[in-house]
Amino acid sequence: MSTQLTRPPAGARAAEDGNGRSERRLPTWVPWAVFGAAAAIAFGIEALTDFTVVLAVIYTIVLGVVANYALSRSVEGRRRATDRLVTSVVTCAFAIAMVPLVSLVWEVVSRGARRLDGEFFNSSLVGIIGEGGGAYHAIMGTLIITLLTTLISVPIGLMTAIYLVEYARGRLKRSITFFVDVMTGIPSIVAGLFAYALFALFFGPGVRLGIMGAVALSVLMIPVVVRSAEEVLKLVPNELREASYALGVPKWRTIVKVVIPTAIAGLGTGVTLAIARVVGETAPLLVTVGITNATNVDPFDGRMATLPVYAYYQLTQPGVPPENAIDRAWTAALLLIALVMGLNVVARLISRFFAPKTGR
Amino acid sequence: MAKRIDCSDVNIYYGNFLAVEGVTISIEPRSITALIGPSGCGKSTFLRTLNRMHEVIPGARVEGKVVMDGQDLYGSDADPVTVRRQVGMVFQRPNPFPTMSIYENVAAGLRLNGTRTKKAEMDELVESSLRGANLWEEVKDRLDRPGSSLSGGQQQRLCIARAIAIEPDVLLMDEPCSALDPISTLAIEDLMAELKERYTIVIVTHNMQQAARVSESTGFFNLNGIGQPGRLIEFNPTEKIFSNPDQKATEDYISGRFG
Ligand SMILES: Nc1ncnc2c1ncn2[C@@H]1O[C@H](COP(=O)(O)OP(=O)(O)OP(=O)(O)O)[C@@H](O)[C@H]1O
Ligand SMILES: [Mg+2]
Repeated sequence: MSTQLTRPPAGARAAEDGNGRSERRLPTWVPWAVFGAAAAIAFGIEALTDFTVVLAVIYTIVLGVVANYALSRSVEGRRRATDRLVTSVVTCAFAIAMVPLVSLVWEVVSRGARRLDGEFFNSSLVGIIGEGGGAYHAIMGTLIITLLTTLISVPIGLMTAIYLVEYARGRLKRSITFFVDVMTGIPSIVAGLFAYALFALFFGPGVRLGIMGAVALSVLMIPVVVRSAEEVLKLVPNELREASYALGVPKWRTIVKVVIPTAIAGLGTGVTLAIARVVGETAPLLVTVGITNATNVDPFDGRMATLPVYAYYQLTQPGVPPENAIDRAWTAALLLIALVMGLNVVARLISRFFAPKTGR
Repeated sequence: MAKRIDCSDVNIYYGNFLAVEGVTISIEPRSITALIGPSGCGKSTFLRTLNRMHEVIPGARVEGKVVMDGQDLYGSDADPVTVRRQVGMVFQRPNPFPTMSIYENVAAGLRLNGTRTKKAEMDELVESSLRGANLWEEVKDRLDRPGSSLSGGQQQRLCIARAIAIEPDVLLMDEPCSALDPISTLAIEDLMAELKERYTIVIVTHNMQQAARVSESTGFFNLNGIGQPGRLIEFNPTEKIFSNPDQKATEDYISGRFG
């Protein structure tokens, strides 16, 4: 044994490369430089021939990845080279995935900023032909209908999730889970038609009410709340429930005082993200709430305006000249994106501040 | 108020799996009963039937009779919640409530049950429980810190404090010292010796010396093979178990000549 240890075994160089101490490594800036050079070459070629950005980008990626691999292979050896290959492929994939997102945000911000003024937030469209006007009525409508949706969906969704995690067993549990899954996939227009048909039974055809929109959105939001809450409640360790039972605490008090407080961060995050999911829904609101030009804050009385539907009508029926309405549509879209982003930030803050403190 | 527990012919199931079979045992009040045996032989399972925690697991059920001072724990009129208030439990793994402070953890038994208690009384109860669990000196300056900020051993003592704060008649402890250093272990043993004046204590332990040191009676559980139910092989005064047990298996286990 000892002779084997002292004698350098065959392939010692490879082993040395493997433990990463004595080998040669490329400095960190090299891969970036390679990509830079690849970009220069690719854009150069494109400029000489017929310039298209997309082709140049594709050339850059292919050239950069291949060159990096070859360079690394010759300097660092095979294992590192494979590592670099995978790293660069993954990084490129990420960059490509970011392109639509960045360009979308850029487009909406640059176009929407034109009408991002006080008037947009302060006035409705009453008596507006052409310039000016705002979306005050649509903003209020979106806030009211989203609030109502939340008020309907959160209790129902949370209680369903609690039932599924804490009480349901066997067949019943499986079938509820199945139907919730099906509901998650319901096309939003179907939810809208459902709410419309439901209310048409009582109020006759052609009825438009804010509350109808809230019902339609609830059909979409409840399954999202159920799923996220279910996942979070399942994460609460059973030991905590048992600790509580062992103190002679009844099941319902255990759920209210131990399980829910432990899961509150995740529940809050889930609810917030579910709100973000429905706040920009257009189709169901189109058929249930309609649109108006005036401010209506009573969800039980007639049509209301909402931001997505507002954007839709401003874009599809802009009137003459169209520019003003189209600008308003983009600003409404910008507001919607800001709302969704804001809700996501809120979700993160909730999970940060309400998470159980380990505080070691 | 310590109470005696009589079990007769108790079978314990997880679904269709018979985990423990035919246990008949009398647990004396104001004494410590130790349960020993190899891993997986059903000590925890049996312990959990004594406060009806076993049935919390889906599909789990118990056959036979468990009688505590004349009250049938599995009778049709027995309420598991009431039983658990009388029979406290400390689990194998420490499980303080992560959302609660140290103080709230100790007060949890009363607070969660919605019992209204004056602040001063509660303070006193928390202090005496923490002193009882030998944790007071370590945490008295940070009672409002989260319970999960303590070390593993401290968390276990916190759980003991939480269990004795509701002043049960019987205290079940499932390997309470397996996460503790020798000093805390001794402290827990002293605590048990003190508590047995008032409570009936049943402790599961893998530590023979501990069983020999603290208990009056010892029960030895064993199983014949994998998938076989665990059985109570021998139940006798601790001195007898450790000096001349009735069963060969007990002697083998205790002397380490096992398997
Ligand atoms: N939740 C459960 N579901 C199904 N079977 C279980 C469950 N918990 C325990 N068992 C089984 O019951 C038997 C006894 O387990 P138990 O936990 O009581 O052992 P133990 O004596 O406490 O062991 P240890 O000393 O390792 O804690 C084992 O065969 C185990 O696999
Ligand atoms: Mg155990």
